[in-house]
Amino acid sequence: MAKGIMIIVEQRNLQIRKVSLELLSEARKIADQTGESVVAVVLGQGIDELAPTLAASGADKVIVIDDAKLAEYSTGAYTSVLNKIIRKEEPQAVLLGNTAAGKDLAPRLAQRLGVGLASDCTGMEIDSANFLTFKRPIYAGKAFAHLTSNVRPIMATIRPNTFPVTPPDAARQAEVVKEVADIDAADLTAILKEVAVAASKRPELTEANIIVSGGRGMKGPENYSILEDLADVIGAAVGASRAAVDSGWKEHKYQVGQTGKTVAPTLYIACGISGAIQHLAGMGSSKFIVAINKDPEANIFNVADYGIVGDLFEIVPLLTEEFKKLVNE
Amino acid sequence: MNIVVFIKQTFDTEAKIVLDASGKIDANGVNLIINPYDEYAIEEGIRLKEKHGGEVTVVSMGGSRAQEAVRTALAMGADKGVLVSDPGLENTDEFGRAQILAKVVADIPHDIILAGRIAIDDGASQIAVRLAEALSIPSVSSVIKLEVAGTQATATREIDGGTELIEVSFPAVFTAQKGLNDPRYPSVAGIMKAKKKPLKSLTLADLGFGAGDLKMVINQYSLPTPRKAGRKIDGEPAQAASELAKLLREEAKVL
Repeated sequence: MAKGIMIIVEQRNLQIRKVSLELLSEARKIADQTGESVVAVVLGQGIDELAPTLAASGADKVIVIDDAKLAEYSTGAYTSVLNKIIRKEEPQAVLLGNTAAGKDLAPRLAQRLGVGLASDCTGMEIDSANFLTFKRPIYAGKAFAHLTSNVRPIMATIRPNTFPVTPPDAARQAEVVKEVADIDAADLTAILKEVAVAASKRPELTEANIIVSGGRGMKGPENYSILEDLADVIGAAVGASRAAVDSGWKEHKYQVGQTGKTVAPTLYIACGISGAIQHLAGMGSSKFIVAINKDPEANIFNVADYGIVGDLFEIVPLLTEEFKKLVNE
Repeated sequence: MNIVVFIKQTFDTEAKIVLDASGKIDANGVNLIINPYDEYAIEEGIRLKEKHGGEVTVVSMGGSRAQEAVRTALAMGADKGVLVSDPGLENTDEFGRAQILAKVVADIPHDIILAGRIAIDDGASQIAVRLAEALSIPSVSSVIKLEVAGTQATATREIDGGTELIEVSFPAVFTAQKGLNDPRYPSVAGIMKAKKKPLKSLTLADLGFGAGDLKMVINQYSLPTPRKAGRKIDGEPAQAASELAKLLREEAKVL
């Protein structure tokens, strides 16, 4: 009998990704209902100290695989190790964050295990038979597919910001197991030569609670500084529409929409964005949408919770000042 | 150098999604395009051929309309096409489709396999990586730069907040991210030539596959609850900004 919900925890420089904590929190809730256990698996180098945090965040068991070859993520080494761990542990479900690493690792691992995978899910529930079912956006959020599987483990990657993080309980204890990294030589064919992570004081777009985004109405790359000023007051990420990216004002990594990133922040502030169907697909599941646009007929107003018709170059700096007042209160 | 490009025909990004009487996604009257990310893969394949020589084979799975997508890729400059077209594909999931594709690709000489990093319809982003696993070869996801020398490639891939540089030996799979290149439009001459290029059609039986073994089942489809237009905040800019900040704090409670 397969047992437990396994979370593949993602960490960089001993920082656990927020999405991993979101998954632990939600898995804990489900496990409490079904009587399952929550197993956190963490890979890396010099990561022993993460175990108590994972226990406090909801894990009953923490499996630590500490090896120099796992210091940085690589498809081959991580697949090799996790394939063996999963076969040994036989969990009911294996969950990963739908991050760059999660998206790369999960399909490979699923194929090796001979199981299905629900990618980029925005919902997870248990049905009357305690079966996990997943909800995932298709057509970039224009529709949803609801999936399940009889094959164990059921695997899924979950979109960041889908579940809230439960505050850690330092009194929680977990069984900590150290496993040896058993990596097949055949899995070490791709060699990671270099990792360049740009230092940014702003949160990652897909994980941000608040996003300030600019479109064609920004008129040029130099004007994004007013959005950045606004973003920095409230700890937001900065995004862009396809129109702005195609004009060369912002790099593609900032693009929100059907051919960019799909985001689901608590608050999305759209500045000078008309609201094309492809853009709405990428941000339509935001909890609150604010639109600032000089065109009163802009489609973005049809989905915005709050809208201001006006000149963004006038309104955004005023809003920055208002937010400063709020933050200083 | 032998290059295989895996492409998918998808709905136009403008398409509105409706469900048919049986609760499935209705494809009637929808304009079909090559998945935008696959266009980068096709372009990269053609550029590699132009630089290093060799042949580009485009492989796709889908209904008979998917022929148009393969022809377009041939018109851009690919040399051959293979289309797996079978009603049985309806009853396959990513696991099965990767196995089918692996069988097709195993019969085509390949040093480099290219595909888009994601298809904009199901957004699953699985098949190319699963294909690499099924063929027991390495893969690099979300590539924005690809440099080839001899039997090796150095790929720059996008990760959250940065990039990685990865070196692999052939054969290998690469998935294309926007930014890799600027795909060409097919020329009139290209379109004429494409009509004479070989396009092989295969059924699942041709490939030795029988009834599907589903690892994942879609129980149902649903449509999102449409968002409603909220409140327009009127007044002078300063007044409107102040009102908005107040609403975000007191009503939405997000600040």
